[in-house]
Amino acid sequence: MVEFALPRNSQVKTGKTHKAPAGAKKVKTFRVYRWNPDDGQNPHIDSYEIDLADCAPMVLDALIKIKNEIDPTLTFRRSCREGICGSCAMNIDGTNTLACTKAIEDIDGDVKIYPLPHMPVIKDLVPDLTHFYAQYASIKPWMQTQSPAPARERLQSKEDRDKIDGLYECILCACCSTSCPSYWWNGDRYLGPAILLQAYRWIIDSRDEMTGERLDNLEDPFRLYRCHTIMNCAKTCPKGLNPAKAIAEIKKLMVERRV
Amino acid sequence: MAAAYPITEHIYDVVVVGAGGAGLRATMGMAAAGLKTACITKVFPTRSHTVAAQGGISAALGNMGADDWRWHMYDTVKGADWLGDQDAIEYMCREAVPAVLELEHFGVPFSRTEEGKIYQRAFGGMTKEFGKEPAQRTCAAADRTGHAILHTLYQQSLKYESEFFIEYYALDLIMDEEGVCRGVMAWDLSTGQIHRFRAQMVVLATGGYGRAYFSCTSAHTCTGDGGAMVLRAGLPLQDMEFVQFHPTGIYGAGCLITEGVRGEGGYLVNSKGERFMERYAPSAKDLASRDVVSRAMTIEIREGRGVGPKADHIFLHLDHLDPKIIHERLPGISESARIFAGVDVNKQPIPVLPTVHYNMGGIPTNYHGEVLTLKDGNPDTVVPGLMAIGEAACVSVHGANRLGSNSLIDLVVFGRAAAIRAKEVVKPGARQKPMPATADDFTLGRLDHFRNAKGGTPTARIRDRMQRTMQNNCAVFRTGEVLHEGVKLIDEVHASMGDIGVTDRGMVWNSDLVETLELDNLIGQAVVTMHGAANREESRGAHAREDFPNRDDDNWMKHTLAWFSEKGKVTLDYRPVHTYTLTNDIQYIPPKARVY
Repeated sequence: MVEFALPRNSQVKTGKTHKAPAGAKKVKTFRVYRWNPDDGQNPHIDSYEIDLADCAPMVLDALIKIKNEIDPTLTFRRSCREGICGSCAMNIDGTNTLACTKAIEDIDGDVKIYPLPHMPVIKDLVPDLTHFYAQYASIKPWMQTQSPAPARERLQSKEDRDKIDGLYECILCACCSTSCPSYWWNGDRYLGPAILLQAYRWIIDSRDEMTGERLDNLEDPFRLYRCHTIMNCAKTCPKGLNPAKAIAEIKKLMVERRV
Repeated sequence: MAAAYPITEHIYDVVVVGAGGAGLRATMGMAAAGLKTACITKVFPTRSHTVAAQGGISAALGNMGADDWRWHMYDTVKGADWLGDQDAIEYMCREAVPAVLELEHFGVPFSRTEEGKIYQRAFGGMTKEFGKEPAQRTCAAADRTGHAILHTLYQQSLKYESEFFIEYYALDLIMDEEGVCRGVMAWDLSTGQIHRFRAQMVVLATGGYGRAYFSCTSAHTCTGDGGAMVLRAGLPLQDMEFVQFHPTGIYGAGCLITEGVRGEGGYLVNSKGERFMERYAPSAKDLASRDVVSRAMTIEIREGRGVGPKADHIFLHLDHLDPKIIHERLPGISESARIFAGVDVNKQPIPVLPTVHYNMGGIPTNYHGEVLTLKDGNPDTVVPGLMAIGEAACVSVHGANRLGSNSLIDLVVFGRAAAIRAKEVVKPGARQKPMPATADDFTLGRLDHFRNAKGGTPTARIRDRMQRTMQNNCAVFRTGEVLHEGVKLIDEVHASMGDIGVTDRGMVWNSDLVETLELDNLIGQAVVTMHGAANREESRGAHAREDFPNRDDDNWMKHTLAWFSEKGKVTLDYRPVHTYTLTNDIQYIPPKARVY
């Protein structure tokens, strides 16, 4: 039987509400997903009313304010706070993005914050990315060459180097993969947009000499061809990259090498 | 205690703590040398703070005109204000060239010249022919060089059979009675389990402690965990009073804007629209070394020539540069300026302010990465079984002030050097002596103490007090009066740790407890930083004393060593600076006046 409702222990309940301090000037409500593996409770949404007059501009700033001043048990990953480390990827206002570069004022109404969708949750906003990282390793994302390395650098023309732009900047935040319905259904076997973007980064690098093998490894109904150009990946990428295009380029190379 | 915290034991030849540029390069090298290697890291490797380095990595490749590693060495010695050890500086500058070529062979997507070589840009303090004219020595991947290098090193490490323990938080070193490091204890955040890693060699690659300050470019995770573990092991830290303020952190947010902006032709102006650096550094101007530029900016603001409604910051212009160049070479900071300052860099200047950026001080080591201590009168006593590399270490190649782009090269050169040394001193698979029964008591006691801390002051409040004290009393300019007040205040903050209160009592991803342990790590280093600064009565590099405005080579050309007792007592002593080089290819560079 197909089950259309969430299992009972996964149903998200209403949690606590933390009221804004008296005299707050500009109140915004943050509705945050909470789940603690230790307490046996269902996941729930806690509400925190924050005075934006006394809060820095980004969603991450608000989360840190909550953790510092209201509820130290709130758990999330964060590190660089400038959009380069990829730690604080989460679902904010219905979109996967980085909390550190998402401005609070760009969000109408309450700010709803969930972990990245369709990933096992370890605690609160911390998803388990083990499988995502294993998929990354599976494409052998390092330079592979057969010719011996020269004494100096390998030369690469500016034009060839330009081809890696829009690819190498990926921060492995997993926003794109976890926004992809195809990855939700077939994430066990479909590599997903982030990993395929990285696969293409090596295929197109003029210095790499294993293009054929790399394409062979992707020639698979699941690993590559579960991409149905839904384009959520390109829409959601917080770095403005376009994984869907990279996937399309891989598919083109697959066709080209057959003719 | 052991019953409450069951322990999983692992045995490796080498355990590396930290997976930034230095940790990954060491891990890779050790695994390649046939040593059974584990790397423990509190964040997934590509989230380490190396990822945020922007402008580039220095090496005298000579792709943009003549260059020589000796010129690089001269610049580094001068940048360090003669507090660097010249044997180590020679090693770094000489090995820089093969180290960068190796990175290229690993696949780092460096920007390219018309001939297809690695592109190099100008950076502060980097010159040709011993100070004659600016050199283009800093190898760049646009303005995302750290990201490009870190990701590449992680990719390489996937190739080798090293094992990663990701989101494991390192708690303490295991030291035996003879003072030998025997391993490290760690906490697996995802399961809440405690792990004991036994090893013949532990390598600390845990980065700096920028978060001791209120406003820093450093990530939230830059809490100097390795340095604190060393202090708790009863070993000293070196030159902690030398804290680098980067001239161009974004006003308010503190995010980094690379020195590469000035390397590509950007410049600073005050509220009068004046390019004031011409007055402070007539020759190098905006490309003087960072301590010089940060002081100049601070003086401009102090004398009322700051910009903005409060006249409390400076403008960085790059709007005169060709938008094509900005797009090609500075895309990352264009994005940062837009997001964090609301500025279109093609049209508007970026509001900037000197911001804490780098710790020259750290765990004293030799150029092999081996940790040193002062013992029985020998200032170069090696601590067996322990290495330190990267920002966590003080080799000392950066002395009193680091040059921009010398940190990335430090990571890979000494990460590699540590692996070379480990191959010499570690025998693969050698049997390790059994652990003393009490080996875990201290670590578990500390963990349990903080986990159940029921005091009245939350972690965040003590942390805020520490950060504000460091920011107010140990800044760009220092005086005896302010520093001695700082000593009193920071000691009080340390004492208030006795009243700390933690809310989360779990073991799985208890980030309240992680932040508390990190605060405990930071506070010890904050205390020795303040004490060291109050003690050093001269001005050298980043340590600028208004009451002692000159460098005093007779009395102070020496490294400070600082020990920190559990009760919070600081003990200071000294190590001589190495006033010799490694080979006859270059002679010792004697001190002279430092003018840019």
